[in-house]
Amino acid sequence: MIKIDQIIAPMGKDFLVFFVHLARISKLAGMSLYWTFAAPFRGEKLRWNLASVQIVRIGVNSILIVGIISFFVGLIIAMQAAYQLERFGASIYVADLVGVSMTRELAPLITAIIITGRSGSAIAAELGTMKVSEEIDALKTMALNPIGFLVVPRMLAMIIALPCLTILSDLLGIAGGFVLALTNLKIPFIAYYNQTVEAIVLKDFITGLIKSFFFAIIIAQIGAYQGFSVRGGAEGVGKSTTTAVVSSIFLIIIADLFFTILFYSTL
Amino acid sequence: MKEPIIKIRDLHTSFGSLHVLKGINLDIFPFETLAILGRSGCGKSTLLRHLIGLRKPTSGQIFIKGVDFIHAHPRNRHKILKKIGMLFQGSALFNSMTVKENVMLPLLEHTPLESTTINIMAKMKLEQVGLSGFEDYYPAQLSGGMRKRAALARALAMDPDILCCDEPSAGLDPIVSAGIDNLLLKLKKAFNMTIVVVTHELESVFLIADRIALLDRGKIIFTGSKQEMKKSDNPKIIQFLERRADEEVLDGDQYLESLLNG
Repeated sequence: MIKIDQIIAPMGKDFLVFFVHLARISKLAGMSLYWTFAAPFRGEKLRWNLASVQIVRIGVNSILIVGIISFFVGLIIAMQAAYQLERFGASIYVADLVGVSMTRELAPLITAIIITGRSGSAIAAELGTMKVSEEIDALKTMALNPIGFLVVPRMLAMIIALPCLTILSDLLGIAGGFVLALTNLKIPFIAYYNQTVEAIVLKDFITGLIKSFFFAIIIAQIGAYQGFSVRGGAEGVGKSTTTAVVSSIFLIIIADLFFTILFYSTL
Repeated sequence: MKEPIIKIRDLHTSFGSLHVLKGINLDIFPFETLAILGRSGCGKSTLLRHLIGLRKPTSGQIFIKGVDFIHAHPRNRHKILKKIGMLFQGSALFNSMTVKENVMLPLLEHTPLESTTINIMAKMKLEQVGLSGFEDYYPAQLSGGMRKRAALARALAMDPDILCCDEPSAGLDPIVSAGIDNLLLKLKKAFNMTIVVVTHELESVFLIADRIALLDRGKIIFTGSKQEMKKSDNPKIIQFLERRADEEVLDGDQYLESLLNG
């Protein structure tokens, strides 16, 4: 016979642990935002040289993979849309569907998820290994702030790189739709182009970029938090990396839902 | 009597329910080499981590150069930290940087010097620890002893007044660790600093230390010179010096109880 408290007690513990994590992440995020946006006005320097290295790693090196995946996603969406719309003789509206869904939703989301897998995990693993090998302690004893030195350059790079990649994803997703329309649907280039330009308004594009800005903060913060909370050796690094990816993707979806509701109902 | 450079007063620390340091009182005087000696797990590394601000004690005070280090404003604490060098047990070099970049980092961050000057300074520090020619190697390409030397060069980058070493000869063969001991002796003369060494290696202690503090179960049970230590009749010190294992006391009833209740 299982006692009821054996079921309830662990749940209560998990619940409390969740809030402890939440409080710690908020604290780290608050400090990182302070060191990024407020401290430079108080004479602390922003390390752009370190950030530029990270921009190359996070942004430039992901251009190919983000481009290819976005192009195919655009193509897939166009095919699915055409399958339905052809029945109504409304194939031209494929342009609207691909354009709007890419800019508003899919480009920021896909890019964020790819970058979580590529760079969010790398941040967690890198900082985790530094923690295990006492490198973070060494920074502290040199009177260097690990947040200013390690987290801020990565977050800065993420905030710059992710929206740029999202724009790239917008363009290539729409290009994917173009390819299907030209080859399969026999829609003339200029007709599809005009339809796309008419369908997308600036708001669609901007809301997508606002989303990607917040996704960038989520990816960098969760990666850094998981990296700093590594315990034990190699196994701990592995665990933290996994948790970083899973919880980043979860939070990105939650944030996406929140922003979609916000933009859908107000704008 | 000189004013101590580091004063530790009634320092207590616990990890959860484990009481690690139980009221440490210790004075460290300028320009001496103090060895904190003790068995594995007696809290000696923890004590050292307090001196470099990596741990906050449960209670007690640490004064470094007369400043209350634990309660000082972060700005003041950073000022003190810049003049403390730390040699970690596992070297803790930044693996993503070359040896020279490791040594240059504190200088680049904390001094207004030009990078060409810093470059020359880093090369000099590496030469002093016998690593000239290895400036552009990454830590992973070096042997354990060389990594220790590189870490020592980095610890000395800011010309510290105090150098803390956590097990400087851990994991090194006797010849390499003798080399590190000699290097410490040489550097102490060259830099005129106070050295605090945490270790359990007796030979190395007798070679480099001016004074010895013996830590046992979270308490300091002896401080004094090597001669005083050798003459001591405290059974724990004698046990340590003679490298005798603990005598296992087997209490049948207690053992049975621990098995049943464990």
